[in-house]
Amino acid sequence: MKDFFKTLLRSYSGCAGFILLSSFVVLALIAPWINLPDPIIGNLHERLLPPDWTGLHPLGTDPVGRDILSRLIYGGQTTLMVAFSAVALGAILGTGIGILAGFSGGIIDRILMRIIDIQLSFPLMMLTLLVVAVLGPSIGNVIIVLALTSWTRYTRIIRGQVLVLKEREFILSAKAIGASAFWIMRQHILPNVLTPVMVIATLELARIIIMMAALSFLGLGVQPPDPDWGQMLAEGRVYISTAWWIVLFPGLAILLTTLAVNLLGDWLRDYFDPKTRLKR
Amino acid sequence: MTAPLLEIRNLSIVFDTAEGPLHAVNNLSYSLMPGETLGIVGESGSGKSVHIMALLGLLPSPPARVVSGEILFDGENLLKLTEKELRNIRGGKIGMIFQNPMSSLNPVLTIGRQILEVILRHTSMSRKQATAHTIELLDLVGISAPASRLTQYPHEFSGGMRQRVMIAIGLACSPKLLIADEATTALDVTIQAQIIDLIQNLKEKSGITIIWITHDISSVSTLADTLQVMYAGRVMERGPFSTVINDPRSAYTWGLLRSIPSPSMHSGQRLYQIPGSPPNMLSPPPGDPFAPRNPFATPRCHRDTPPLRQVPNSLPGHMAAAWYDLPALLSLHPEASDV
Amino acid sequence: MVMFFLKRMGEALVTVWGVVTIVFFITRILGDPITLFVPIGATNAQIAALTHSYGLDLPLWKQYIHYVIDILHGNFGKSFIFGYSALQVVLQRLPATILLASTALFLGVLSGTIAGAVAALKKGGIAELTIMAVAVLAQATPTFWLGIMFILWFAVHLHWLPAGGYGTLSNLILPAATLGVFVFSSLARLLRSSILDILQEDYIRTARAKGLYPTTILCWHIARNALIPITTMVALLTGELLGGSVVTETVFGWPGIGRLTIQAIQASDFPVIQAAVFIDAALFVLINLSVDLLYQFLDPRIRSRG
Repeated sequence: MKDFFKTLLRSYSGCAGFILLSSFVVLALIAPWINLPDPIIGNLHERLLPPDWTGLHPLGTDPVGRDILSRLIYGGQTTLMVAFSAVALGAILGTGIGILAGFSGGIIDRILMRIIDIQLSFPLMMLTLLVVAVLGPSIGNVIIVLALTSWTRYTRIIRGQVLVLKEREFILSAKAIGASAFWIMRQHILPNVLTPVMVIATLELARIIIMMAALSFLGLGVQPPDPDWGQMLAEGRVYISTAWWIVLFPGLAILLTTLAVNLLGDWLRDYFDPKTRLKR
Repeated sequence: MTAPLLEIRNLSIVFDTAEGPLHAVNNLSYSLMPGETLGIVGESGSGKSVHIMALLGLLPSPPARVVSGEILFDGENLLKLTEKELRNIRGGKIGMIFQNPMSSLNPVLTIGRQILEVILRHTSMSRKQATAHTIELLDLVGISAPASRLTQYPHEFSGGMRQRVMIAIGLACSPKLLIADEATTALDVTIQAQIIDLIQNLKEKSGITIIWITHDISSVSTLADTLQVMYAGRVMERGPFSTVINDPRSAYTWGLLRSIPSPSMHSGQRLYQIPGSPPNMLSPPPGDPFAPRNPFATPRCHRDTPPLRQVPNSLPGHMAAAWYDLPALLSLHPEASDV
Repeated sequence: MVMFFLKRMGEALVTVWGVVTIVFFITRILGDPITLFVPIGATNAQIAALTHSYGLDLPLWKQYIHYVIDILHGNFGKSFIFGYSALQVVLQRLPATILLASTALFLGVLSGTIAGAVAALKKGGIAELTIMAVAVLAQATPTFWLGIMFILWFAVHLHWLPAGGYGTLSNLILPAATLGVFVFSSLARLLRSSILDILQEDYIRTARAKGLYPTTILCWHIARNALIPITTMVALLTGELLGGSVVTETVFGWPGIGRLTIQAIQASDFPVIQAAVFIDAALFVLINLSVDLLYQFLDPRIRSRG
């Protein structure tokens, strides 16, 4: 762990990503205790105010007089909550299925891999739209749908790892002493695949944040009045020629969050990659 | 007295690493006469491959840096040549065979193309002539039905066959000097013997000058006229092949020879292992670099670096870098030769 | 070769069948088909009639057979909005989507290849740093926001290009550039790292030891090997483009399948949604099939195995 932070400090991009992401998380967590204007109920006398760095509304207000900064911070709360939940759900699902497929082999493995092939031949966005259209938009459904687009990425890699691990001596000897399949999976295989899971999960987080924003932008994600970055963009589009700040800042928020996660993810991947690790 | 084909003088090469300069080659000097076959033996990190890469201008720089010295080939100082001039020599006057025939050939280009391109690059042959020459070359290196092989890809060849193709590439432009870097290391023993046999034949036919780099003395025994033993970027010993192996004067050479299994060994006899590990070239030990691993090291070995000198009472050209008198020490410790 | 082709064709058909089955599963089991397939505001009698005519009152396995047979005939039902065949509605929008996706792909692949190659070959220089910074930023930029920013700058502020619409070249530039940026960033990053890997390969050292010109090494030894990961990436990106165009088409009012899908979802026009998903998936399968065949020419190792 100490070594982890030591090498993190040596990488500018990894460090920047880590600091940026942690500050977003902290900001989202402490939002209720900062004295922010209400993100949902606006003041109609303060409609479409341009950014005023020193005033009450540093990033301006929207068409119904709500403070953009406050909506961004609360929107970040929603975004991070949904994205982290979707990533966690996808990772658990994908890893579980990956271990199952790799460990059991045979017909179960073949069927699962075929299902993945089929899902991967869906353009992801289309699959997402279809499911949201059927289930109806809500935060819970968005989490489920995003997790559904994500699990295959873990399964393929984890399955490959398990296939290799399975032939290793410590697994063979555990089998020889009569350990149950479930016990071997939990005791020996799970800890060994956690590293790739972590790397994929970080990279997936970035993809899921963008996808979630896209869904909200299309009106199929987080529903008003809950603040959400994608939805703020969609609302601001109409005012593009008069109030540029409504579309600029939510986009920047998505960009910076995704950038932070990507930088961290790339660094993590290099950190855990034995090939680059040797060079360090 | 003919002039040497290759003469290396006081060559020192350093790699600039994050931990400081790594001294890969230290004050290396030797020469090679036309028609001579030089076997260079040493562990990895002995500088044997690095100085060859420097000679070809293929060292990545940075981190590599030639600190001093000159490499005279055919009357020219290769270190002074521009990249463009070096390109004309590489593959033309100097042919190269690398270690791993599996990865040294481009997997997505045909064998024919990979030989043809070097001929077209360095000679004035037409495409048709070059193709005919390619077929001759494949025939020369012992590939049957060569014409039908031109359109095949490396993965369709066995390891030994690929190394034959590499040799064909090395010989394609009738080079004055052929350098083989661990050319047989990745191959099965029987294939190794075939490849060495092939080189032996080529040498007898064309009188080509060869540098054969290996970590395994036994693989050059039939080939080399001269043996040069390198350690920590220096020459420890060199001389006529049979003289060096029968009468080694450097404890490192002696250790290498002791670690080769021989048919005369009785069962249960343990193979000798040189104690310790190669020096850290970031901070090489003072004095003789082999001294920390040398059971016969004298106090002076730890202090001063021995120069490479003519061995007294041996053939001319037998040179060693040692402060101690190995034969005398061995006769004092008869049990040492029996380990 | 023929065997390989037939095998891959068979697999592609299985995949399309799988897609069809998943769509069936999602619409009939996950959702309530009666509310999905009956237009909003229908009377009870109409609901009963429609339920019967769609066969929604039949047992599930019978519904499935009817459904597959209908799709084999290209019959996805009538669009609620347009009143005619849903498949036809979708196919009419197909050219616009293909035009946008292929233009974006062309622009992105061209710029991404050049940028990635320059970044790898000039490693450590200011060019590499700039290109990679742009690529990393572009990768983190949501396409729809980039589209809006393009509109804000080039249409609203500079008045150079129209903010939306369809028909002329000037309408195409902004949406194609928006999607192209996404292609550019993926490709530039991939190509840079593949070329850096290839440069480490022993066969590049061999090529240098042959005294070949740098251009020969680049055009033959490096490019031929780099084409393989590029092809894989382009296939993947094409799939993402078909889906990614949903938001871009919405932003620019581009009359393609993506915007149609959104309109269909908003109007609960399920026949059209189904047909759009089917066409998109079928296109994607087709692209993957062509790429697999392309590999045969790019990678001789696969050729002899197949």
